[in-house]
Amino acid sequence: MLSPRAMILRAPGTNCDHETAHAFERAGAIARRVHVHALARKPSLADDFQILCIPGGFSYGDDIASGRIFALELKSRLADSLSRFRDRGGLILGICNGFQVLLQTGLLLADERSGAARASLAHNTSGMFVDRWVSLRAAPGRCVFLQDMDRFELPVAHGEGRFVTRSPEDFSALDTAGQLVLRYAADASGASSNPNGATGDVAGVCDETGRIFGLMPHPERFIDAVQHPAWSGRLDPTAAGAGMLVFANAVKAVS
Amino acid sequence: MLWEVDVHLRDAAGDHAARALVAGATELGIGGCTQARTAAGWLIEGDLSRAEVERLAAAVLTDPVTETFTVGEAGDPMLVASQPGGPPEGSLATAASLPTVLHVLPRAGVTDPAAETALEACGLLGLRPSAVRSVRKYWLPALERAEADRLAWKLLASEAIHDVVIGPLPLRTLAGGRPWTFSQETVRLAGLEDAALEKLSRDRCLALSAAELRAVRDHFQTLGRDPLEIELETIAQTWSEHCCHKTLGSPIDHVGPDGAVRYDNLLKETVFASTRKVREQLGAQDWCVSVFRDNSGVVRFDGDNDICVKVETHNHPSAIEPYGGAATGLGGVIRDVLGTGLGAKPIANLDVFCVGRPDTPAADLPPGVIHPRRLLAGVVAGVRDYGNRMGIPTIAGAVVFDPGYIGNPLVFCGTVGIMPRNSADAAVQPGDLVVVAGGRTGRDGIHGATFSSVELSSDSENQSGGSVQIGHAIHEKMLLEFVLEASRQRLFHAITDCGAGGLSSAVGEMAATLGADVDLDRVPLKYDGLSATEAWISEAQERMVLAVPPADWEKLSRIAADEGVEATAIGTFTGSGRLVLRWQGRTAGELDCHFLHEGRPRRRLTSRYVPPATAPAGWTLHEDESLVDCLLDVLAAPDVASKEHIIRQYDHEVQGCSIVKPLLGPGAGPADGTVIRGVLGRDRGIVLGVGLRHRLGLLDPYQMAAGGIVEAMANVIAAGADPARIALLDNFCWGDCRREESLGTLVEACRACHDMAVAFAAPFVSGKDSLNNVFAWTDAAGKHHERSIPPTLLATAMGQVENVLRTVTPDLKQSGNRLAILGLSRGELAGSQLELVGRVHGGRVPQVDTTACRGVFAAVAAAQRAGLVAACHDCSDGGLLAAVAEMAIAGGSAARITLADVPMQCGGSAGNDSALQRDLMIAFTETPGRFVCEVPAALADRFADHMSKTDCVPWAWIGTVVAGDRLEIVSTAGSATTVPVASLARAWRGGA
Repeated sequence: MLSPRAMILRAPGTNCDHETAHAFERAGAIARRVHVHALARKPSLADDFQILCIPGGFSYGDDIASGRIFALELKSRLADSLSRFRDRGGLILGICNGFQVLLQTGLLLADERSGAARASLAHNTSGMFVDRWVSLRAAPGRCVFLQDMDRFELPVAHGEGRFVTRSPEDFSALDTAGQLVLRYAADASGASSNPNGATGDVAGVCDETGRIFGLMPHPERFIDAVQHPAWSGRLDPTAAGAGMLVFANAVKAVS
Repeated sequence: MLWEVDVHLRDAAGDHAARALVAGATELGIGGCTQARTAAGWLIEGDLSRAEVERLAAAVLTDPVTETFTVGEAGDPMLVASQPGGPPEGSLATAASLPTVLHVLPRAGVTDPAAETALEACGLLGLRPSAVRSVRKYWLPALERAEADRLAWKLLASEAIHDVVIGPLPLRTLAGGRPWTFSQETVRLAGLEDAALEKLSRDRCLALSAAELRAVRDHFQTLGRDPLEIELETIAQTWSEHCCHKTLGSPIDHVGPDGAVRYDNLLKETVFASTRKVREQLGAQDWCVSVFRDNSGVVRFDGDNDICVKVETHNHPSAIEPYGGAATGLGGVIRDVLGTGLGAKPIANLDVFCVGRPDTPAADLPPGVIHPRRLLAGVVAGVRDYGNRMGIPTIAGAVVFDPGYIGNPLVFCGTVGIMPRNSADAAVQPGDLVVVAGGRTGRDGIHGATFSSVELSSDSENQSGGSVQIGHAIHEKMLLEFVLEASRQRLFHAITDCGAGGLSSAVGEMAATLGADVDLDRVPLKYDGLSATEAWISEAQERMVLAVPPADWEKLSRIAADEGVEATAIGTFTGSGRLVLRWQGRTAGELDCHFLHEGRPRRRLTSRYVPPATAPAGWTLHEDESLVDCLLDVLAAPDVASKEHIIRQYDHEVQGCSIVKPLLGPGAGPADGTVIRGVLGRDRGIVLGVGLRHRLGLLDPYQMAAGGIVEAMANVIAAGADPARIALLDNFCWGDCRREESLGTLVEACRACHDMAVAFAAPFVSGKDSLNNVFAWTDAAGKHHERSIPPTLLATAMGQVENVLRTVTPDLKQSGNRLAILGLSRGELAGSQLELVGRVHGGRVPQVDTTACRGVFAAVAAAQRAGLVAACHDCSDGGLLAAVAEMAIAGGSAARITLADVPMQCGGSAGNDSALQRDLMIAFTETPGRFVCEVPAALADRFADHMSKTDCVPWAWIGTVVAGDRLEIVSTAGSATTVPVASLARAWRGGA
């Protein structure tokens, strides 16, 4: 059986592309970094892939808002190609900046009738970028990426990650539909590990099919136990990290 | 038409900028400023209809979920209405009337990354505005004009880069200048004598001495003419302290404690010489690849890769504009690594800041000085925004606080890179094209190189506007992707970054032997109006110069286009030995390369060092004070206290290679060295550590430097570095070295560098100096003052670990484990943290015993290799007790230690110490080269056996990890005191 192929789509300012490709390769995929300009020139490139991942970074500098210009580029030049990819069952994963891009393109959580965004990722309540580890709780439901995952830790690193919805009704609807699949949980001391003030502690969401998933934490930064800040003397240094399963699930789902 | 779009937050509660502004106003004592609103404004010029601008605002500038926008023609009174954002939506509480409107916008010509991005995004909508500029807008309650002004300049704007407009914006166009028309200015030197030459140097901000200008005058006399302005500027840039080691490379007659010494070239005979000796000793095992000749130092890593490292300072620009100064400092050192050999990939950053104490009263600051707290916030934000955007983890660093850095802060930025083996050597070939790639050239940073070579004054904020640059990290990130791909395909022969001196230094250096013809009119400009000289010496950021064989030019330009990078051939490396500058075919200037690079007259300097008198330690303990009180104060002292609020703002995990993080263990305590994998998926690692003993700078510059080097090495060895594979870097930051006494301390520090490198077989591979860190001002009474920084050497150590899976961290692991100290302690409290928190003064300066340190280093490394160590921490600031406390905080574990068991060679005090004073001496002495190791109980005998076989390393069991939540300290008199680890953590976290 051929290995599934994962496209790591990058734009100017994308900066987690190498380690995300590495994580997919470790999970058994063939990963290729592709520049959005190259894809725009030849949209059929996407036909060779089963997984599309928009990794973390500061696409176009995030000077105006995170993910905005990258999303605009995808909407204006690659809308057809992306819907075709989705409609033929391709998996789409957005991590951190990629999550921001997925929301802004409308691939995730858009209003079905108007196409307007129902949710966004706003500046952290602290007003600051933060790199720290958080405790998470998954309620995977249909989300293929989170299958067999429950409680685990991952690092976050962002300044704009506060999940907000257009209205409380939108939040309830998404909640009821089981799309708010990943939430910040209490850490070992019992304190909330919500790093950004996200509504409902939401850290990640999926679309209705569970095949498009976006999250603020970085699973690619915890594929080895030794990436954990307290691994030394406590974890088996040869073990995998919790984030590995996100990639393994994706690969399994398209194999 | 000039349009303005204002983007408002729907929910005022999320307006952090407004909150910060209100808090800042209160702190400044500006009354009545209890509310504020802010907006992101955009000025958009071009032939656009209102509908088009609204489309742009909706699609690009606004988040429909969280924001709204207003559009108006510039000058529309609606834009400054007292209720920003129009009537509030839904249930949002009505803001009170906020009639004062304040605009902060980048000055014309200052890099405006957000506006550049917006302009690019317009293209995606098919819109073509001619110019965009970003504006921050603030609505405030009614304020006096003077108060509003003060608020703006203290909190919101920097004079170096911003304009502030209170009330309606008067702008009606963003149009820039007109193209420059060719002209040449001859600068008359003929017949000028020293006084006139010095005046000319000052007036033109050349930073050349009379002797240097005499050499220029005489050189041009032989040519039968005076220099042109562009030629003189090129010489000034090339001969600046910033671009060559003018002072450190000088012949010096030194008189020190050991008598007179004569150096022909101080740097060559100390630092370089030590590296040469180490390499000779290593012989065939030499692991240095390229040292002191490229933009960074290169050493062997594994079978496939070399690694390189460089640390730079950006002190002067950061003093004026902390955010831009620090960001471009980091951007510059990243390009140094990218421009090493045939290009290296940056994989880690470090940053170290030296600033005034955070509690400095504002009234104590000389005029024109930014408060240390605001300065620190600015430099941190600069490093954060640049480093994070570049996707390079910031993994190591330090912040120290000392009144000596007021007005003259030090900002060190460092980068580590990795490159394939056999790509460290680069050589320009005749016929190669001179290619400039990256950002466009504007008036940014004109005279940065010469500016950093003159002293700052209270007026520098006004004189030096042009010398401050603003970075555009994404342009550098794009440049990086382009360079690495072009490097992978080997499409260029050499590369260097455009840093200080701009193209004049970069091209000048690459053409140093061959010469080049350069067409300056081909340099892509950000806006019209730059003269040939300005284009040549501008320090606009994010540019690199490549030497590209004509045959590879097409391929290279295609890669540039793919990555969205502008690459332009602006000339040819010729082989003529002459640097010929042209403008539209006409010669704008011509210099002989040999004169440019070898013609600088060297001046023999004299220096003197007389050690200051020492006094035995005098105790200043308060009544009823305990050891625990002192410990809590030391942990809360600004230098020791947690830097978590800074570290968390940096992405230290991007690239996925981070193994030992700056904050670690269940309690998120401090690391010694931080460890990354060199290559994803491989287990060989790189470990970084820094050492800085600036508090000893005035007491004993030799021991200041030696102690810093030992501290940097101890940090990486604690984290598992092989002591035989540690590369060192030196960064000298000194006061006015024209003074014999200052130069004398510099010579002492250089001697220490030499001696340490040789003793530890740890070669220096790169370095940099920043001299003349003097701040001068005139007070209200008209009295002139000058303040120099303390002599400061930052030592950086880059070590290597064979297998990152076996690295040991400082957090305590398991109750029942034993604690050992390695290394002899001596009573050396001068410059210690205990002195800083006011419990003692004077005493002996901590002395480096190289033989003892070497033994301890080897013993720690061997014990770790043998798997006998569960946790390891070096004793530095705050001594043994602070080290144990940090290990307990990090591990969230309790411990008991017995001070009487610490191997101690007493001394340094008057000899009639009380029991408490004896305990404090043991607990807080800062003798270099000591480690605390946690040893698994079951391995304790093997550890002891192992230590008995080492070469007489003094060591002892001093305690155990225990169950519970308290640190117990048994005094030399045998009595025990305890303190909750939570209290220690609180003190450590509550500091500055």
